[in-house]
Amino acid sequence: MRQTALISLLIAAALSSGCSSVQPWLKPYERARLADPVMNPAANPASDNYMHHVHQAREAMRGAEGSAGGGCGCN
Amino acid sequence: MQLMWGLRVGVLWLLTASALAAVLPEDRLDVLRHAYDGGGMDIKGPSVLVRKSFADKVSVRANYYVDKVSAASIDVVTSASPYSEERTEKSVGIDYLAGKAIYSLSYGNSEESDFEANSVHFDMSQDFFGDLTTLSLGYSKGWDEVFRTGDNSFAEEADRQHFRIGLSQVLTKNLIGSIGHELITDEGYLNNPYRSVRYLTSPNSYSFEPERYPNTRTSDATALRLSYYLPWRAGLHGEYRIYSDSWGVDANSWQLQLIQPIGQSWTVETRYRSYQQGDADFYADLFPFQNAQNFLARDKELSEFSSTVIGLGVGFQFSKPNWNTISKAGLHLWVDRFNFDYDNFRDIRVQTTPGTEPLYSFDATVTRLLFTLWY
Repeated sequence: MRQTALISLLIAAALSSGCSSVQPWLKPYERARLADPVMNPAANPASDNYMHHVHQAREAMRGAEGSAGGGCGCN
Repeated sequence: MQLMWGLRVGVLWLLTASALAAVLPEDRLDVLRHAYDGGGMDIKGPSVLVRKSFADKVSVRANYYVDKVSAASIDVVTSASPYSEERTEKSVGIDYLAGKAIYSLSYGNSEESDFEANSVHFDMSQDFFGDLTTLSLGYSKGWDEVFRTGDNSFAEEADRQHFRIGLSQVLTKNLIGSIGHELITDEGYLNNPYRSVRYLTSPNSYSFEPERYPNTRTSDATALRLSYYLPWRAGLHGEYRIYSDSWGVDANSWQLQLIQPIGQSWTVETRYRSYQQGDADFYADLFPFQNAQNFLARDKELSEFSSTVIGLGVGFQFSKPNWNTISKAGLHLWVDRFNFDYDNFRDIRVQTTPGTEPLYSFDATVTRLLFTLWY
């Protein structure tokens, strides 16, 4: 209980002191590299989705597959 | 025979571009030929995906997917006969762009001779903080109907719900990070109606009885991802995923992937993935006697095991000036080599004292050939 209160206090202090002055640190023209196709590991949804399916079928782990995964609605 | 691995019903294609400003997915036609060969399973088929946007506000998509299965896995050869079957999956979806938000709705249906699944999916994502941050939320609901070949009186149901939340953040000019969490909860008939567990009848012999699973299962999965732009124009992608569920299974995986362009037209991709999981609370390779406990499983997907994947891909893109409506075309080939090593699932094709058979392992090869038109 005391630990939770301490963490809440620290978060509140951080929010009230510094966060209001944080500004976006990159301009749109500084994001060219991030827009490069090499930065998209899920560029081919039909293929990526099939691969998620191969893993899901053989493992107990499911969920949080990423951009091409998600709503399987299944086992 | 029911394909428990083939239940994928609906899929989301929305968030691919969400690390940057909100944009609708590209207009494209994908024709995929997929093949899985390993562990006695031979599964292949096509997947066709078409997507088209209108007025830069709405994008619609449709996907048609087929698995043609020829099954002689260790489960099949030790308790049934090899079989062939086909699974067909159809899904449609629509995405709507409104300012810095994208809303997505989709529906999926999957059918095989002894199984049918329907599902609906809703997702939304919102960019803020100068488009450096994207928050995404999602919900899915699925309805399964389970039948058993040769038994017309058998019909069961299961309902599934998924809750998703994700946050992606541009960290530097070269680095994007994201974290995602998904809770899945199932209720209903979650067994495979054909699978059996084995139990000792004497020190030197065993018999089989049907598996028995709980009627509910709830799981949590969290994934942390980082993508880094290397100094020589290449993308390095890392992923760590951790999982636990109410059946007592704990698992985690990590993956590294490199995307390296060569010249203007070629791309080479490599990946390595490692996966480990513990067994379910009610799993055993060999139970000490019949009805040894309330719940019984001998599904190797619920056993303790580890697996690795090494993958290699090559892609080529091209275009011609006289192509009017088509902007470019692409051809991709990927080959992935899987290895599975089981720690408490034994190969009972070997006749010896029960419980001392060799541990099972197998390799598999997955091949994907993709042709794409962008327009």
